Amino acid sequence: MAEFTLRLRRYDPESGEGPFWEEHTIDLEPHRSVLEGILQAKDRFDGSIGIRCSCRAAICGSCGVKINGQPDLACHTHLERAKRRSKDGIIEVEPMGNMPVIKDLIVDMEAVHWKKIRRVTPWLIAKQPVPEREYIVPRETMVDVTQSMACIQCGACVSDCLSMEVDPEFIGPAALAKAYRFVGDPRDAQHRERLEDLAEDPHGIYDCTHCFQCISACPKGVAPMNQIMRLRRRAGNDFHIEDRNNGERHERAFVSLIKRNGLLDEAELLPRSYGGDSALAKFKPSAAAELASSLPVIARALLRRKLTPAAVLKPHKLPRADRDQIKRIYDEVDGPDERVEFNIYISGKDEDR
Amino acid sequence: MKVAYWPGCVSRGFTPELHGSMAQIAPLLDIELVALDRASCCGAGVIAEHNPELADTLNARTFALAQQAEGTALMMNICSTCQGSQSECQERLDASADYRARINATLADEGLTYEKGLTNKNFLWLLVEEIGLDALRERVRRPLTDLRVGPFYGCYIVRPADRLGIDDARPRETYLGQVIEALGGTVTDYAGTHKCCGFPIITMNKDASLKQAGRHLGDAIDAGADCLVTPCPLCHLNLDLQQPLAERTVGRDLGMPVLHLPQLVGLALGLAPDQLGLQRHIVKPTAVIDWTTAVVGEIDSATAAGG
Repeated sequence: MAEFTLRLRRYDPESGEGPFWEEHTIDLEPHRSVLEGILQAKDRFDGSIGIRCSCRAAICGSCGVKINGQPDLACHTHLERAKRRSKDGIIEVEPMGNMPVIKDLIVDMEAVHWKKIRRVTPWLIAKQPVPEREYIVPRETMVDVTQSMACIQCGACVSDCLSMEVDPEFIGPAALAKAYRFVGDPRDAQHRERLEDLAEDPHGIYDCTHCFQCISACPKGVAPMNQIMRLRRRAGNDFHIEDRNNGERHERAFVSLIKRNGLLDEAELLPRSYGGDSALAKFKPSAAAELASSLPVIARALLRRKLTPAAVLKPHKLPRADRDQIKRIYDEVDGPDERVEFNIYISGKDEDR
Repeated sequence: MKVAYWPGCVSRGFTPELHGSMAQIAPLLDIELVALDRASCCGAGVIAEHNPELADTLNARTFALAQQAEGTALMMNICSTCQGSQSECQERLDASADYRARINATLADEGLTYEKGLTNKNFLWLLVEEIGLDALRERVRRPLTDLRVGPFYGCYIVRPADRLGIDDARPRETYLGQVIEALGGTVTDYAGTHKCCGFPIITMNKDASLKQAGRHLGDAIDAGADCLVTPCPLCHLNLDLQQPLAERTVGRDLGMPVLHLPQLVGLALGLAPDQLGLQRHIVKPTAVIDWTTAVVGEIDSATAAGG
């Protein structure tokens, strides 16, 4: 047995009091979970501590909390490890973020998480005619979606989503990973419709700020951000959906500018992201309006010699021979043939075999 | 030490003061930069979003060029986004001999091969792990006494921890604070140190993007920071270049100078602000920070640089 001190964030909206921290010292073997620690504190010191839990085996997804500031399942974190990661030897537990607190460590999953899950039509829309018996699909066509299927709906990724922090309407990592579960499913009949919906929504796939928080947060290795990137890939490359959010245009412009110069030409990327992948993009109304609004910034950058007219007009590029190599790589790897995606979640690492 | 040096695109494009200041401080730290001037853009996550194999091949080409650079101990970059994008590709390349062989087959035409296990470190990591904080401390000519500096890491260099080699032995997510202290400055903690600057969605959701930048800058001001320091030029674009627009978005005056990491190091090593391109920033650190009072033990910068 060893002693551990927990610092729990308590809050009861019905009390009329603000939230406060409360410490309890418990004794358990170091390999027992933070959840067991909380339950012991509840049992011994204060039965009113609010925590949602069920399976205690990291599969039901009920006990998502923040431990020392990081979202995780309370049942999935050893006391010893949590103590080692704490800033002062005291294990700090608080409710998940981006969702309203109902009481203590319990957040309102319905108000945020489940609402967003429903937003993506989280069921299979079957191809017609529906077969008389079960669908038969080749095994390998389903492998791709197993990563998104591993989600246990705990809300850890929602808790720490940095796009949602500034844009609460963002559909978010859990729901978009769920969307990929159907966009990647060969039995689903509405891939295009789903992707058009999520690409056109200003709070959809192009509202993800690519910050990796959800990848770090997920206790199941779902890597929701990677699923969002897969949705973008399908929307842009396979269905050529030119969305109103500049998502597809930005990606196409970036990729083609590197093919041309080998290095990024920022001065061209901006107009092309708004006006399309062409040297004339800057004269299109959509791009011109954006450039005009950026003029004060550009003027100041020129004035400070942060940017020089030469840098804007003559972008840096690789030597000719290297540009040719880059183009050849593009032609070989980015051709019309099927894309290859090596996913470590599915294939594993050599050393793990 | 001699390193295969990958400066990245933005450090030579929209933030030329970053590449310039790195070149200025390298000799003062005995770093010999062998520039990878044939290497291509890392893809900044966008090429990987478009086609992961394309990003892996382009970066494998860069890694192969680095492994060919004679006498170099490792590859060094000066951009969080390059670090993260390249680490992601390297993780896939190193995971499977079969996949590596497939990628190398594409590179074979030019006689390039990537061999598993390249060491690719951001300047921040190199500073702490290769040069060492004690050695850095010894070289400080003008300690940043009384300067309160807020770290801003950039997502790509801190997440996900396992891919970036962050563990108890190498707590890379704390290195900026350690460097600030070694330079004689004071670390200002605020909510946004490890959050996103918002830059990746600046063309897709400008409001959400600038709200992120504006919020972190505001939090740093509220925590009492004199300036921020970042190892990421893309963060610098949103935090400095776009700061006037971020001010409008969050509805408050900011005026928070943001330094590139080599600039902060250079100041402490005794270089003058204009040698490090500080006058080029949108929020001029030279105007906002009074170096004669903020930096105690002030010495003539030319003397300091000359040794």
